Amino acid sequence: MAENTRAVGGVGRKSAAAGYLRAVGAVVWKDIAAELRSRELLGSMLVFALLVILIFNFALELDLRARQTVTSGVLWVTFAFAGTLGLNRSMAIEKDRGCLDGLLLAPVDRSALYFGKVLSNLIFMIVVEAIILPLYGLLYNVNLFIPSLLVVILLGSIGYVVVGTLLSAMAVQARTRDILLPILLFPVVLPVLIAAVRATTGILQGLPLEDYQAWLNLLIAYDIIFLGVAIISFDYVVEE
Amino acid sequence: MEPVPRNLKILTGITSALFVIALYMVFFHAPREAVMGDVQRVFYFHVAAGWVGFLAFLVTFSLGIVYLITRDRKWDRIAVASVEVGVVFTFINIASGSIWARPIWNTWWTWDPRLVTATVMLLLYVAYLMLRQGIDDPDRRARFGSVYGIVAFVSVPITFLSIRIWRTIHPVVIGSGDPSGEGAFDMTQPMLQAFMFSLLTFTFIYMTLLWYRVRLGRLSEKVEERKMEMMSI
Repeated sequence: MAENTRAVGGVGRKSAAAGYLRAVGAVVWKDIAAELRSRELLGSMLVFALLVILIFNFALELDLRARQTVTSGVLWVTFAFAGTLGLNRSMAIEKDRGCLDGLLLAPVDRSALYFGKVLSNLIFMIVVEAIILPLYGLLYNVNLFIPSLLVVILLGSIGYVVVGTLLSAMAVQARTRDILLPILLFPVVLPVLIAAVRATTGILQGLPLEDYQAWLNLLIAYDIIFLGVAIISFDYVVEE
Repeated sequence: MEPVPRNLKILTGITSALFVIALYMVFFHAPREAVMGDVQRVFYFHVAAGWVGFLAFLVTFSLGIVYLITRDRKWDRIAVASVEVGVVFTFINIASGSIWARPIWNTWWTWDPRLVTATVMLLLYVAYLMLRQGIDDPDRRARFGSVYGIVAFVSVPITFLSIRIWRTIHPVVIGSGDPSGEGAFDMTQPMLQAFMFSLLTFTFIYMTLLWYRVRLGRLSEKVEERKMEMMSI
């Protein structure tokens, strides 16, 4: 295959890239198809997210004044908790039914599997966020559809899922897997959450871009650093 | 049971002697700080313990890369030993800082960037140990440990630089003479000597403990192997 691509030159390289994308797409499609049939992941993530908001509502007395300062915190804690649930589940089904071994046997680059899992995890997280955001807006009568806020949520979710997919691939192979993922993930992902919360607060309070630009930069920097580290180390995590 | 190697015995002797001298330097050679008084003497061991934490995690990070390339378990044994020593010293660092902060900042704890980054670093390496505990297969344990040691290392430069990037209450004594930190001071010559000597001593303590721990790791692996042999008979 490798000689083949070299011989054909430009055309071969293009088809290799297309093959890579096809492999990524296949993993994503497999996850979405499985989810559409079983509906166990998104449902539990959503219900869990709603419960978290419900608990916050009574724990923090989310009245008008409190909401102005804690909304971003409540949102991100909700996303983070629901995200952990999704990450754990999405890797556990691969592991339990021997699906991961099957995927590893496929003649594609390991990083394609990683990107596929990242994308499908990201899609699930975004779906949950897309339902939680308007719901939160409806419950508390705030408008959360601010374009810059959506960008921050996307960047934060990318950082979260990029690290989370790598660490959940490790956590599911341990004996204590259900309790292990949050312990492994939260300290690593804390800078992403801090930056996302600060940027979200800035946007919700209507501050100018300069005031939260630094947090946005930090968010982008973390996304890139973690993506690099994860791509390099994923091979070592899944090899058997 | 194999005997303790001679070099390790010698190293232990040197380290003990250094520690006694370091105690003398800290309590008698270094003068009493004019503003803060005797509590400032925490500083010498506080920074030295923090330094050992950074050094230990740097060793783990480097050996993690070496292990993933060479696949020789000896490197992983040193890496995990280094984390254990580093966690203990980072905890000493945080605890001693807290003791100093009580009279100087008038609180045991404050959510300052330096304190937070150091705590997150500690939690990361505690998580490292928990991850290893949960995995039975030794090769997989070594592989995951190496990967997590590399990922967790992101926190080390951030912790080190945190008092230099962000506005913080934590003093920067080494390097810049920025007096904005609460409790900053300039070191006199004897203070600097005591400080440098503490750093040296703690580096020796680190090496000694690391050696003992690596040896212990090797022995316990042997025991594990023997057990497997017995069970297979």
